[in-house]
Amino acid sequence: MSDKPRSPIESGCPDAFQYMHPVMRKNYGAWKYHEHPKPGVLRHVAYSGDEIWTVRVGTQRILDIFSLRKICDIGDEFADGYIHFTIRSNVEYMVSDASKVEPLIKAITDAGFIVGGTQNSVAMMSHTQGWLHCDIPGTDASGVVKSMMDELIDEFRNADMPNRVHITTSCCQINCGGQGDIAINIQHTKPPKINHDLVSNVCERPTVVARCPVAAIRPAMVNGKPTLEVDEKKCICCGACFPPCPPMQINDAEHSKLAVWVGGNHSNARSKPTFQKLVAAGIPNNPPRWPEATAIVKQILKAYKADAKDWERMNDWIERIGWPRFFEKTGLPFTKYHIDNWRGARNSLNASTHIRF
Amino acid sequence: MAKKIYETPMLDVLEEGPWPSFISGIKKLRDEHPDERIQNVTSSLLGQLEHSYETRKGYWKGGTVSVFGYGGGIIPRFSEVASAFPESKEFHTIRVQPPAGNHYTTAMLRQLGDSWEKWGSGLQTFHGQTGNIMFIGTDTENTQHFFDEINEYGWDLGGAGPCVRTAMSCVGASRCEMSNCNEHGIHRHLVNNFTDDVHRPALPYKFKFKVSGCPNDCQNAIERADMAVIGTWRDEMKVDQEAIKAYMGTKGRQYINDNVITRCPTNALTLNDDDTLTVDNHNCVRCMHCLNVLPKALHPGDDKGVTILIGGKRTLKIGDMMGTVVIPFKKLETEEDYESLVELAEEIIDFWAENGLEHERCGEMIERIGLVNFLEGVDFDLEVDPNMVSNPRQSSYIRMDGWDDEAVKWFERKQEAANA
Ligand code: HEM
Ligand code: SF4
Ligand code: SF4
Ligand code: SF4
Ligand code: SF4
Repeated sequence: MSDKPRSPIESGCPDAFQYMHPVMRKNYGAWKYHEHPKPGVLRHVAYSGDEIWTVRVGTQRILDIFSLRKICDIGDEFADGYIHFTIRSNVEYMVSDASKVEPLIKAITDAGFIVGGTQNSVAMMSHTQGWLHCDIPGTDASGVVKSMMDELIDEFRNADMPNRVHITTSCCQINCGGQGDIAINIQHTKPPKINHDLVSNVCERPTVVARCPVAAIRPAMVNGKPTLEVDEKKCICCGACFPPCPPMQINDAEHSKLAVWVGGNHSNARSKPTFQKLVAAGIPNNPPRWPEATAIVKQILKAYKADAKDWERMNDWIERIGWPRFFEKTGLPFTKYHIDNWRGARNSLNASTHIRF
Repeated sequence: MAKKIYETPMLDVLEEGPWPSFISGIKKLRDEHPDERIQNVTSSLLGQLEHSYETRKGYWKGGTVSVFGYGGGIIPRFSEVASAFPESKEFHTIRVQPPAGNHYTTAMLRQLGDSWEKWGSGLQTFHGQTGNIMFIGTDTENTQHFFDEINEYGWDLGGAGPCVRTAMSCVGASRCEMSNCNEHGIHRHLVNNFTDDVHRPALPYKFKFKVSGCPNDCQNAIERADMAVIGTWRDEMKVDQEAIKAYMGTKGRQYINDNVITRCPTNALTLNDDDTLTVDNHNCVRCMHCLNVLPKALHPGDDKGVTILIGGKRTLKIGDMMGTVVIPFKKLETEEDYESLVELAEEIIDFWAENGLEHERCGEMIERIGLVNFLEGVDFDLEVDPNMVSNPRQSSYIRMDGWDDEAVKWFERKQEAANA
């Protein structure tokens, strides 16, 4: 080995065109319309008359090299050697010839992957790192997703919901999983337990104090050592102090719970984009299958499927029927914790006599 | 030495059921991979993960690891239970920037997979929520080797820490008829102008670019990006009346009424007695709903461009924020248009770098100082526009002694636009 370290080539984001299916390259910016011939399959037609068939595939997302090669083998044999990934980590194979679609689907299914996730399906859940490789998670991510997708596989495969349903998971309140029609997020219910012996070695105290959204942290001395203390009455158990100061242990086997939020929608279609709203909490963080959380998700999906009109996303549906009806139809309890008290909260209160009976 | 196999009764449960199992994949690496190093690392990883499942706690801690010349891009992971699970005691994640729009050849995927098999655990994800390829699990030394190898054939690290992060763009023009811009081009123009800021974290906090080709915003740009670039058009929507009639034939009048006409948020659609459709383009807010339901009949117009929104982010620390409009419409056709987009990004980042507090996202800074101070502070022609607000001011507590001058400016701008 040479002693002189190698300097990086700062090439940044690679050009996509070298990796793009030739039919997509040729018709770049000149697509005319698409159809949804069956769940998991899209047919896009270009102004040139060219067409491309896409088959969308759900995987385990955490891919071992064997599975990655299997995905490539299918791409080589049936799909011209090109692969596109959706933002929800689905694999997409593209073929220009309709007759290749069925053999492709057969090869995918034989290999154990799942065709679906298009249009009005329950899309692949987006997931984060969890216990597998994050440093602050209160729960796992991949295991939650695997457990729920096992139960929602028909909704993924069949595309028979009123509109698409994006489900996300997040293993801390930072919420890397982001907004979703349904979001399953960790919710801590007890203040951090502080290991005072470690704070002074590990934490930059002013940074940690500044991180708290409710100013509940103050410097303190314990056993003659500089440390931090938390005003437990003020603390909202958000966990924001934990990443900069791991001795402020927020994760707790018993008291870190799951909460479910609904109605986050990134699209501008019909209404403006919306943030998700709390509907259920106190759900046990129960590996390896998280059955309580899955049951609530299914309860919400069932009510949505039965009652929403075509093209209504979760937020559109709730906007039409109102929140009282949402709680009625899903059977979920409405509690004092559903009433917001964060900044801007008054905007979420009903300043009218619009009441649903 | 024979590898140690840990009991994993809880993880084993995740091998059951119809959805592909990541646990089966990791076990296959442990049991069948020819390289003993990978067998050992993945075996140990399974041991630690089972321990997490049993105790409901995570056991990774962060640290400092980087490659020579860069300050970010590696997510260091050191095990807190290394004595019990020593083979995966260092298990760093490497963030690599994907090609714009996430297109790959199988040949390239294989090459990347081969490199990671050589230097890492054999586990990877396409992609993380920020958009990076995540190569999961290697030690500090092999981090450098892996990076050196893939960097030679065209791959670079993404951002981590207070820096410009990896950008994302929707599939857009490469396969979507709704596209109004060259998403992949915008993506690369923006993020590749900031490679220094990607690799050397020195900003108040993270800064993300996301590009969507139309207001469907498949990329979640408004909710998740500090700078969202969203394709749109300002002339008339294209209506293929023959295709409308065909939809009427297959779907029926009531379906079109219930699912298209009455669902337009601004009542901009009329279905005429002769089965043609009229669009009130002046009141259409480009929400995309009717185009989504009738993709064969309705298309964006020809005068395409982008809307730019600034300041989207999630909860930490003052609450969720959507990006809000700072440029209602910008043409992106010529090289100069692109240069001016990049200049806008530079000026915004400069202003924020100077005025943002530590750990304050751009949107939080705007919340603190007010949108007008932001528009005036950024060294770019950002003129106030009623498209920037849901409604005008509600509070009368404001000093307005500059009113006359501002009103004059408005009329001058109107005049200029009319003359242009
Ligand atoms: C110790 C600290 C943290 C770790 C290890 C961590 C790790 C990650 C990882 C691995 C991802 C996916 C990245 C990718 O695609 O490459 C991610 C995404 C994300 N992180 Fe973090 N993160 C941390 C702190 C934070 C903080 C403090 C915030 C927020 C305020 C945050 C907000 C997010 C968000 C919103 C995303 C998704 C972003 C998007 O879709 O654009 N993270 N994080
Ligand atoms: S949601 Fe939190 S715990 Fe989960 S991966 Fe993101 S930062 Fe880590
Ligand atoms: S958990 Fe949140 S509210 Fe409680 S002390 Fe930490 S940062 Fe403050
Ligand atoms: S954001 Fe619009 S252009 Fe981009 S993929 Fe989605 S629908 Fe197509
Ligand atoms: S795009 Fe939206 S606002 Fe415009 S006409 Fe169609 S439904 Fe109405």
